[in-house]
Amino acid sequence: MTIRLTTAAAAIALLIGGNWALAADKPTDPQIAHIAYTAGVIDIEAAKQAIATSKNKAVVEFAESMVRDHESVNKQALDLVKKLNVTPEDNGTSKALSQAAETKRSELAKLTGADFDKAYVENEVAYHKQVNGALETLLIPSAQNAELKSLLETGLKLFQGHQQHAEHIATELK
Amino acid sequence: MNAATNAVRPAFLALLLGTAAIAVPAQAETIEVTIDRLAYAPAAIEAKVGDEVEWINKDALVHTATVTGGAEVLLPAKKSGRLRLQEPGSFDYICRYHPNMKGHITVRP
Ligand SMILES: [Cu+2]
Repeated sequence: MTIRLTTAAAAIALLIGGNWALAADKPTDPQIAHIAYTAGVIDIEAAKQAIATSKNKAVVEFAESMVRDHESVNKQALDLVKKLNVTPEDNGTSKALSQAAETKRSELAKLTGADFDKAYVENEVAYHKQVNGALETLLIPSAQNAELKSLLETGLKLFQGHQQHAEHIATELK
Repeated sequence: MNAATNAVRPAFLALLLGTAAIAVPAQAETIEVTIDRLAYAPAAIEAKVGDEVEWINKDALVHTATVTGGAEVLLPAKKSGRLRLQEPGSFDYICRYHPNMKGHITVRP
């Protein structure tokens, strides 16, 4: 079981990794906005699944934080997009992210109890690591609009905190 | 806030000098800590027992100021929260939702 999950995680990492690289051609601001928003929605959905499934207090509280924070950032993103009169534009990276998330969600749906908690939290670590890497190396440097860039920078700081928080819970679950 | 309090104080003291019967209590102060983009500023503060700390949360995120095993102040998005310091000591605090946010309060007796 553990081996299978690890393999799946690696495969997803490769999949997403590949597509981030593809998008490295230079995502436009409307694409960046779409990617950032999509990444947030994915984590909110994962958190809702955890809140419905997990019986572990630390895991549920973490998931509630994820819903609260990512909803807040996504609301700020929507407000900004409206203010800038930009239409977020779907793209390959957003699609790959959504697809990988759907696979992960059905994988997690088969688990219960401690197995679920462990897999969810480990995926949260891996997911935030990936999103943070993309923000740092690709999305922030590519962003043209100063306000968008600033929102992404705040997001990066926030999600680095999420990653640390998830790592902390992961060690407690062991 | 602090500047205003300081400006008022000399006038206050002058008024009180003539009236020996009135004891002058150590004036409690409010120390402001701003939260902006997931950081407490200033990160470390000094205060004395009886002072209040006011955290002003400028983020669109919910934060807390939580002393491990001690007090917790919930700081909703774009709102502030206060804590009166009851005992002397040296306290580390964090945001419970964002544990990478770290602050410190030194409370003198
Ligand atoms: Cu916080």
